[in-house]
Amino acid sequence: MTHTGKTPPDGTVPGTAAGGTPAAEGLDAHLVVDRGAFRLDVALRAAPGDVVALLGPNGAGKTTALRALAGLVPLDGGRLGLDGRLLDRTPPESRPVGVVFQDYLLFPHLSALDNVAFGPRCHGATKAEARALAAALLERMGLADHAGAKPRKLSGGQAQRVALARALATRPRLLLLDEPLAALDARTRLDVRAQLRRHLADFEAVAVLVTHDPLDAMVLADRLVVIEHGHVVQEGTPGDVARRPRTDYIAHLVGLNLYQGRADGHTVHVDGSDDGTGTGTGPVIVTTEDLTGPVFVAFPPGAVTLHRERPAASSARNQWRCEVTGMEAHGDQIRADLTGGLRLTADLTTVAAAELGLHPGAEVWATVKAAQTHAYPA
Amino acid sequence: MTAPHLTPRARRRAGRGAPLPLLVPALLGLAFLVLPLVALLIRTPWGDLPDQLTSPEVWQALRLSLVCATAATAVSLVLGIPLAWLLARVEFPGRGLVRALVTLPLVLPPVVGGVALLMALGRNGVVGQWLDSWFGITIPFTTAGVVLAEAFVAMPFLVISVEGTLRAADPRYEEAATTLGASRLTAFRRVTLPLIAPGIAAGAVLAWARALGEFGATITFAGNFPGRTQTMPLAVYLALQSDPEAAIALSLVLLTVSIAVLAGLRDRWMTAS
Repeated sequence: MTHTGKTPPDGTVPGTAAGGTPAAEGLDAHLVVDRGAFRLDVALRAAPGDVVALLGPNGAGKTTALRALAGLVPLDGGRLGLDGRLLDRTPPESRPVGVVFQDYLLFPHLSALDNVAFGPRCHGATKAEARALAAALLERMGLADHAGAKPRKLSGGQAQRVALARALATRPRLLLLDEPLAALDARTRLDVRAQLRRHLADFEAVAVLVTHDPLDAMVLADRLVVIEHGHVVQEGTPGDVARRPRTDYIAHLVGLNLYQGRADGHTVHVDGSDDGTGTGTGPVIVTTEDLTGPVFVAFPPGAVTLHRERPAASSARNQWRCEVTGMEAHGDQIRADLTGGLRLTADLTTVAAAELGLHPGAEVWATVKAAQTHAYPA
Repeated sequence: MTAPHLTPRARRRAGRGAPLPLLVPALLGLAFLVLPLVALLIRTPWGDLPDQLTSPEVWQALRLSLVCATAATAVSLVLGIPLAWLLARVEFPGRGLVRALVTLPLVLPPVVGGVALLMALGRNGVVGQWLDSWFGITIPFTTAGVVLAEAFVAMPFLVISVEGTLRAADPRYEEAATTLGASRLTAFRRVTLPLIAPGIAAGAVLAWARALGEFGATITFAGNFPGRTQTMPLAVYLALQSDPEAAIALSLVLLTVSIAVLAGLRDRWMTAS
């Protein structure tokens, strides 16, 4: 992937003026949409060449954000700048924005070719010019043979590429993709994801995609913006977000145990006492990082070891007495949910689970080495 | 008590066995609807039919009917499709009331419609007096008046049919079109219209059939002048008093047209419900 104007590693966007005129290049948006009880309030910045994924659970406001960018939902506040132009009041048909809708919305009465030619036609191209451009785009997508096909004759993967070609045909400066892979079955999805990744890498302007699938987000995007309840809860590179989740939702997505607490050197006092000891002091996690103040601590379920008795001679400095609340097969392993000394999820082999006699309600000791935990400032 | 040895067909018949108190009125009702049509066919002077149908009066009335019904359908399409779009796609206060007003001509006695049209567009009508004094345009008792009377009665059929189709059509196609640079009008013309074409066709055929058979509003608003405002239904009524055989022949023509319309709508209308 060779991009120009990539976002620097520290996550800041060059040329972004706070509050004043929008950045000369790329997307500089603050989207505020009021929907009665729900309020979307999201700041989004991206340089040309960036692929930004809006990741979040259902109802988080991702699609509303996308529709606001496209102009299909009016802004109740904030602003929308693209390449130095304010688009707040620009109607959708005048925005240099292309959209790939979740179920593609290919016009059923038009062939694939005419679907792609539709945008250029609306932008003043003659029928012949528009069709030539559409044919070239379909060729690039490997769909030259299906140019004459009506959308209902296309497979899911083909329809997705036609939808992408249609959105790209107007040469948008902002490409929006709403759950671009959600309508596909698992096998097609793999192929289409790889193709989409290539096309997005070639795209020279800003691309914003909405997804609730962390894998899609991590494969396709350079930067993740995690939205929950209408607000940005975390943003960063996929690696950064995966390593240092800041909400339970992301921790669950990337499969980490996550705790928020207060660090005092190598010791982290976890917020919210659910240890059940009645002593009033919450659980404590020992880490290798030396931090002070509010922190997150994360460790993978695989880092947890379970024992039937309290391990006498364990090098693990974190030991909690727990009760198994649930178990399920997870690949070739068993994933156990535990509560007690610390609420956590542990992965263990089927053999180990059998030897421990693990069952819901069983009491065990859970240990985690300090070196396998990861603490970072909140 | 179904016997196990019954064939599926026989069992279905047994299951359908309707009780007499329902069956008798049902068959009476069927006979009531069909018998007049059969009687019309029985009494048709088949031998004289070619002469009847080629007489200049019949030909004149038939041509006028076809021209006026088609023109009324065109008026309904031009005004009715945007009206249906407004009702289906735009939220505005009083939308329910507007929809009720649009459907009123469906249940209004056509004669009342004709009187109302006279009050609006007659030479002394609310609008008609200005048309007359400013432009010298008089609508009542002209062919244009026939077209307006028919459109008044027929347009609601089109509006209702198109609005129903519009409601069923996914409005997000229009959104997709606008994100591709289409104005709302272009999106309507190039995306919505083709998508709702079947509903428009069905509505247009219904409106045309209704216009073709229109009698009350036409005779009230446009009168009964041969060659100018005397359409087929008016000719039938007039002929019945002087030349019943001609009336039968004319009726047969209208019946044929109706059956043709029904056949044309068969797939869309008869099987839908």
